Amino acid sequence: MPKPKTIGSDEIQAAIKRLATAISERHPSTRRLLLLGIANGGVELARRLAQLLHARAGVLDVSFHRDDIGSNPIPKEFAPTHIPTDVNGASVILVDDVLFSGRTTKAALDELFDHGRPTKVELTVLVDRGRRLLPVAADYAGFTLALGADEDVVVTLDPKNPALDSIRIKTASPGAHPSPL
Amino acid sequence: MSSLWIKNARVIDPAAKRDAVGDLFVDGGKIIASLSAAAKKRAKKIDARGLIACPGLVDIHVHFREPGQTHKETIATGSHCAAAGGFTTVVCMPNTSPVADNSGTIQFIKDAALRDAVVNVLPTGCITVGMKGQALAPIGSLKRMGVVAITDDGDCVQSNELMRRACEYAKMFDLPIMDHCQDLSMTQGAVMNEGITSTRLGLRGWPHAAEDIIVARNVILSEYTGAHIHLQHISSRYSVGIIRRAKTRGVKITAEATPHHIAFTDEALAEYDTNFKMNPPLRTEADRREIIAGLRDGTLDCISTDHAPHTDYEKDKEFDYAPNGILGLETSLPVSLEVLVRQNKFKLPNVIDLMTRRPAELLGLPAGTLAVGAPADICLFDPDEKWRYEAKLGFSKSRNSPWDGRDLRGRVKTTIVAGRAVFESGKIVA
Amino acid sequence: MPWTRRHLLTLEELSLAEIDQIHATATAFKKILGRSVKKVPALRGKTIVNLFLEPSTRTRMAFDMAAKRLSADVISVEAASSSTTKGETLRDTAENIQALNADMIVIRHAAAGSPLYLSRILDIPVINAGDGAHEHPTQGLLDTFTMKEHLGSLKGRKVVILGDILFSRVARSNIHALVKMGAAVTLVGPSTLVPSWFTALGVSVSHDLRSALADAEVVMLLRIQHERQSSGHFPSLGEYTGMFGLNKTRATWLNPKAIIMHPGPINRGVEIDSDLADGEHSVILEQVSNGIAVRMAVLYLCAGGQPENVMPAE
Repeated sequence: MPKPKTIGSDEIQAAIKRLATAISERHPSTRRLLLLGIANGGVELARRLAQLLHARAGVLDVSFHRDDIGSNPIPKEFAPTHIPTDVNGASVILVDDVLFSGRTTKAALDELFDHGRPTKVELTVLVDRGRRLLPVAADYAGFTLALGADEDVVVTLDPKNPALDSIRIKTASPGAHPSPL
Repeated sequence: MSSLWIKNARVIDPAAKRDAVGDLFVDGGKIIASLSAAAKKRAKKIDARGLIACPGLVDIHVHFREPGQTHKETIATGSHCAAAGGFTTVVCMPNTSPVADNSGTIQFIKDAALRDAVVNVLPTGCITVGMKGQALAPIGSLKRMGVVAITDDGDCVQSNELMRRACEYAKMFDLPIMDHCQDLSMTQGAVMNEGITSTRLGLRGWPHAAEDIIVARNVILSEYTGAHIHLQHISSRYSVGIIRRAKTRGVKITAEATPHHIAFTDEALAEYDTNFKMNPPLRTEADRREIIAGLRDGTLDCISTDHAPHTDYEKDKEFDYAPNGILGLETSLPVSLEVLVRQNKFKLPNVIDLMTRRPAELLGLPAGTLAVGAPADICLFDPDEKWRYEAKLGFSKSRNSPWDGRDLRGRVKTTIVAGRAVFESGKIVA
Repeated sequence: MPWTRRHLLTLEELSLAEIDQIHATATAFKKILGRSVKKVPALRGKTIVNLFLEPSTRTRMAFDMAAKRLSADVISVEAASSSTTKGETLRDTAENIQALNADMIVIRHAAAGSPLYLSRILDIPVINAGDGAHEHPTQGLLDTFTMKEHLGSLKGRKVVILGDILFSRVARSNIHALVKMGAAVTLVGPSTLVPSWFTALGVSVSHDLRSALADAEVVMLLRIQHERQSSGHFPSLGEYTGMFGLNKTRATWLNPKAIIMHPGPINRGVEIDSDLADGEHSVILEQVSNGIAVRMAVLYLCAGGQPENVMPAE
């Protein structure tokens, strides 16, 4: 088995800063800006970006908008949707850790529009790993990796200690690959 | 009729207090002491080494559903079940359609038995007209037609006055009264034993008190009138106690236990399996133990199956709506051996006694012994053979057995009625 | 551990973790029900059949609404219109429903054990909406959900269930859930309707209202059926109310913060005074609202439930 590739904390912190900078360039005012982390992987990244940008952050739970019920297990833990402000008229940035097939983004858009009608929606991800199955693209990506179908990305953002952050790329054992959401 | 020589069997005949390895000789449909050397040469020989030869089993409580419900069973198929289970004499309950409360129906049953049955099938008649518990059936005429007892089995005569008159009247003919003991006012809508399990399952309970009350009534009426009352399928430990005390006073009471009431408890209903639904219902472990104790000390006189066939589409229902009753004839011997001999250390001859001599004597039937001159009704079985009972491979028209798919130990090899093999090597050969 | 059950038949067979997961999912759905768009597409394209072979208004309505909030298509079959009144067996009715490509069946039936029976016949999830005097698992789930909203953890909490326990599926489901959640449950009512058999389920049985209500934090009332009078379970409704009815005076025996619950339909003036049913301690209508979120959770989880150790599809 090939040795897993790892991206360390320093590189991740730098990437997050780059993302914040890129966002602030497009959004000089944060008055209507709303960062919504897609549960569970995007929640911590959204919190950190909001801190850097002095913007508001929230959580989007896409469980009930998934289109794979019955074919994928329902996880025990999930963070419920929490949106701190009115979505109508807001500039929303969806935040996720990894962009893969695009299905999660699609579900997140569905969930978001059940709450109102934002003016604009963008997408930020820490890792764009390619292999899209839907017409979805990230507006801001920390890392762009061209990974094979048999490879898996595991992003860990430690809420307490960013020094422990990591991105690991490993070859998935056959059959254990979770289907892309 | 040709003669028969059964060799090297362990012959157990409780009626003659016989238990020894030896031979049995049959000629002219009867047990004889021995055959001449020339006759031995001509006789059909069965090598029964390793097998037990006992009197053909006797079951005084079966439902053969004919006339009227022949989709469930017929006298022919019922008798096949009996033969496969080692039974050579069975007593049919009268709750057919129409019920056997008249000479015509009895004649019909006797004709069918003579024509179709491979074992001795004996009729009973009803106690009351239409089994409605309101007026006495023509008990004298039924007796003349040859019923061996009267009973409203499946139902219970609720009126104490009517039951008292039935006792007095039947005593005139020396006709035993068999009673299914159930106070109906206490069991409205009831489908299982009342207790912890019925509470958990949310099913309507049938309290043992409803049996005990009628058992006590019957003891009192038997003592008062001198009639012989036979208490069917006792399920409650309190009833066993009532019968035990009555017998010490010499009351003319007899009683039976079924294989299912000694094998299972109401906990078997946890998954609402209708093949454990019968009336009276399965009760608790304490009841099961006391019934076994009653069989041990003679309080209970015999084992009867209450063989009650119902088709799969009748039983395959919501528990509340399924009919009561299960098959029993093909599994009675192995289950009794398992529960009584292997689990409860009864002596084998005692168990055979409970299934042969005692039920026969109780109703005065010419059966249940291998004494010289007796009808050559014989059961040959291997007490240790292990086999899996599959109801669909059985001989009944129905499949409603709680033992379906279970491994049993003890298997009937040959059943002989009046000197002729009717069941052999797993097949009906009559 | 992910959710693994396809059927919801009883609360007796659920683990505490499973009850907690249903409650957590119900919390999420309750939030959705507070939005302006009260609907999610989780069960889009699925067909749920509500097979109600015994009359019911609120349970059927709640299941109906829950399914619609999940974007499922719903067909309700009621006793009067079903073929069972023409003598069709439950097996045949159910197999026909499955043959119509239904994805899930919700059954209400007068015979205990019939949901289990159906679950053995059908390949689709079966949800018990009340079977005879056996269980009413979604009612038990919504009742305990409502209690948790008011009291937090139910561990050690004193809960009284008062009324016709013997014939109550609601009582049985609540007993199983509450015992697992660590509550101290006392069943109260006339001895004919609260037999001591129930102690085997891990609860206390009392026939003294005053001592049972003392300091109770929850009192759940059950409907008293008129027909129990004719069957000799108690002398008269008047005597029942006199002995066991909950009124203002008796309510003062409760813990001051106690909540009063009733699964409905209420007999005002029999098991409870009208004032109390509408009073500040009553959470009766909250129960009804919570019933939708809890049933959404049950439908959602069972639709996605997968037997353990099955690898998810790619």
